[in-house]
Amino acid sequence: MGMTHIVDRRLNGKNKSAVNRERFLRRYRHHIKKAVSEAVQKRSITDIERGEKVSIPARDIQEPIFHHGPGGRREVVHPGNQEWVAGDTIPKPPGGGGKGQGQGQASPDGEGMDEFAFQITQEEFLEFLFDDLELPNLARKKLKDTEAFSYVRAGFTSQGVPAKLDVVRSLRGAHARRLGLGGARKKKIKDLEKQLEALKGAPDDLDPAFSHEDQIKVLEEEIARLKANVKRIPFIDEIDLRYRQHQKQPKPATSAVMFCLMDVSGSMTQMHKDIAKRFFILLYLFLKKNYKKIDVVFIRHHTSAKEVDEEEFFYSRETGGTIVSSALKLMHRIIEARYSPAEWNIYAAQASDGDNWNDDSPVCSKLLANSILPLVQYYSYIEITPQDHQMLWYEYEKILEQFPQSFAMQQIADPGDIYPVFRQLFERKAA
Amino acid sequence: MSSLIDRPNAPESEQPKAGTPISTGSEWTFELIQKYDEEIAKCAAEFGLDTYPNQVEVITAEQMMDAYSSVGMPVGYHHWSFGKQFLQTSKGYQRGQMGLAYEIVINSNPCIAYLMEENTLPMQALVIAHASYGHNSFFKGNYLFRTWTDASAIIDYLVFARNYVAECEERHGVDAVEEILDSCHALMNYGVDRYKRPAPISAAEEALRQKEREEYQQRRINDLWRTIPKLEEDDDPVKRKPRYPEEPQENLLYFIEKNAPLLETWQRELVRIVRKLAQYFYPQRQTQVMNEGWATFWHYTLLHRMYEKGLVTDGFMLEFLQSHTAVVYQPPFNSPWYSGINPYTLGFSIFTDLRRICENPTAEDREWFPDIAGKDWLETVHFAMRNFKDESFIQQFLSPKVMRDLKLFAIENDDQEDHYTVTAIHDDPGYRTLREKLARPYNLSYREPNIQVWNVNVRGDRSLTLRHIPVDRVPLGKETDEVLKHAHRLWGFDVHLESVDEGKVVEEHHCPPRGAEEE
Repeated sequence: MGMTHIVDRRLNGKNKSAVNRERFLRRYRHHIKKAVSEAVQKRSITDIERGEKVSIPARDIQEPIFHHGPGGRREVVHPGNQEWVAGDTIPKPPGGGGKGQGQGQASPDGEGMDEFAFQITQEEFLEFLFDDLELPNLARKKLKDTEAFSYVRAGFTSQGVPAKLDVVRSLRGAHARRLGLGGARKKKIKDLEKQLEALKGAPDDLDPAFSHEDQIKVLEEEIARLKANVKRIPFIDEIDLRYRQHQKQPKPATSAVMFCLMDVSGSMTQMHKDIAKRFFILLYLFLKKNYKKIDVVFIRHHTSAKEVDEEEFFYSRETGGTIVSSALKLMHRIIEARYSPAEWNIYAAQASDGDNWNDDSPVCSKLLANSILPLVQYYSYIEITPQDHQMLWYEYEKILEQFPQSFAMQQIADPGDIYPVFRQLFERKAA
Repeated sequence: MSSLIDRPNAPESEQPKAGTPISTGSEWTFELIQKYDEEIAKCAAEFGLDTYPNQVEVITAEQMMDAYSSVGMPVGYHHWSFGKQFLQTSKGYQRGQMGLAYEIVINSNPCIAYLMEENTLPMQALVIAHASYGHNSFFKGNYLFRTWTDASAIIDYLVFARNYVAECEERHGVDAVEEILDSCHALMNYGVDRYKRPAPISAAEEALRQKEREEYQQRRINDLWRTIPKLEEDDDPVKRKPRYPEEPQENLLYFIEKNAPLLETWQRELVRIVRKLAQYFYPQRQTQVMNEGWATFWHYTLLHRMYEKGLVTDGFMLEFLQSHTAVVYQPPFNSPWYSGINPYTLGFSIFTDLRRICENPTAEDREWFPDIAGKDWLETVHFAMRNFKDESFIQQFLSPKVMRDLKLFAIENDDQEDHYTVTAIHDDPGYRTLREKLARPYNLSYREPNIQVWNVNVRGDRSLTLRHIPVDRVPLGKETDEVLKHAHRLWGFDVHLESVDEGKVVEEHHCPPRGAEEE
């Protein structure tokens, strides 16, 4: 029997099962997606960002094996006999089954076993929520098109402006050069000096023919020459100079601004607004997954438009008629003032019940086509109405023909439509 | 139940010594675990427990869940079913349903046991005694483990298997690998030769032979199928040449690995890996009562020995006994908590009673166990541990006293009767039948349907026919068709399954399903 090894494994990875868990989610992604899209429809807006309990019918995930079915004759031994003796009979409960089989799969807490329930995280929830969805026109803001740049360090160069001179690097180079050029000579000087000392230390021969004098002189001259040489090596030379190099790198636009435009005229009920809100929330979450920074601009309008905060946007009531173009004009002004299309990915979602002053609808379509759509990545219009379309819808349909890439429109009749419509609008398009 | 927590006698019935307790608090440290282990090892040596070297690993609850969900394999290949198990385990744990941690001990050399960091010190000691000395000595001593598994090779083999599966995933895609593994898992219980002694598994050898096998196997399969297709003019079934295989084969996975016409080499290797794992788990599936009973008996005995030596406090013993009692609790059949016979209770009761029969035999014991009544108890329990599996262990050693203590009774459920019948209870006329009936379901070939490879239509459609021999008219379960689909995926041609009771086909399954118009 050997010594027992006691090992502290607590710091080892705990996610040994992560891959297997991922495999499980992968295998049942259809079930999970369904659960997620149902959850989106049912959930209140504020708690859209959490995980979700997913249930899968147990039969769908069973790993089948050969086993016995009910029937035939079996004998099972049980503990805890109270009053029976051999030969006693107990009538079977009607409908069969009962305790006699002893192999039933009763769940310990009485919960049915026909559902396999588990929790997915918020991250996974969003992953499934936006699975198969593609940011519209994301391609346009790809690197080559971006107009914003940043400078990054890119090593050193031997040419540059004095402001970028790197002193440490330059001196290090100079030092190396001095060693390189002078090292061999200094060594030689040392050797010669040693010889010289040896000569000087030795008793001089009286015979001038054998005197060391000449040798000493030669040596001394050589040493002087070498020393002068060494001295001529400059402390710092032009070629030692090193400048910090910077490179211009295109900066991908990682910020997006999302314009929420909503009609708040008297004809828009709270139900309409709730539907619109869910749509905006979806768009927001969707953008959030793709951009580092997102600004949200809320514009509400009836006959005139106003930029408001979120609370006012969704909850304060207005009455009166509708002029949609007021909101479009305001949006255009805000873009010009604050959101240069060079730096911002611009998205807009407009929600309305379709009401507009008939005279205004052509104005809207002109505004969109001429001043707004050229600036934005994507503009989506949802009309929340179970009724027939009005003028605005037909005007917008013309826009759709002109700008099929950056404009989309859909009709929503009830909350159940939101997610399907959202998916339709943002469906991943084949490249 | 009180008899279960009686203090056993000291081995040489020496007087308790007033030693100094190792510790008094319930917080554990690595030093304390080391000390407890040393003392437990000394006690284990007194009782002659022969073990592999131990490796005790302290892990967190999350890691324990990981370990649970890889069905006790310290290294496993990736598969969604382990992910499912993990989700199940973590849910159970969050709800506070998770069982005790000392279930996890790996049959390897060194023997790896996991301790959860949340455990109190007495619990850690209990786990060490239970796993590192109880289970460990069982792994090393029991004949099934000795025959079927090679403790020193298993970790290497698991690593080999994982790498191989990962390699296949890379080459053939996760889905293709998953399909094959799913199908193999469905037949995993039929991946063992029950009667032949298998070659112990070894990673090095596997890796070495794999290449060889690759070439050889394909040739062999080609041969089998090449010699066949000539249709003989006389195709009368009666005069046909003997069936192929000539004798029914119980190891379905082995048969498929060697004979499936269409499997690619890597697929055959996957079948082989699952088959080898089935072999590794085979002894465990047949010795649950004994293994748990033995480990429980020894944690109980070893910790009492520690108490007698004065090494642990009264408080320690109280906490230990509370856990122990919970482990060996057997709810009666009419309790809402009842889910069959608790293997811990049954095994522990039998081993405890064996000791009593040796030390304090009654007239009844002398009549029932003339060979062991009054003999050396330590030798007796070791003999029982080494040479039996659950079925034979119960047959041999379940005493009338244990049957009385547990108030066992046998009940018959015949679907041709409108009532259940009590066929035997814990009384003189009933003991022997009761014991037989209790032992029977521990036989795997009784617990699982007896299904074997019956025939391959080598000259015709290459279909594979499996034959099920029902026992007591018990039919196949409702998943049968699903399993057949898996068999079909591996075999590549039609698969038939027929239940043959006394020469008559009583049930038929086909994959693909047989349309009514064909019949």
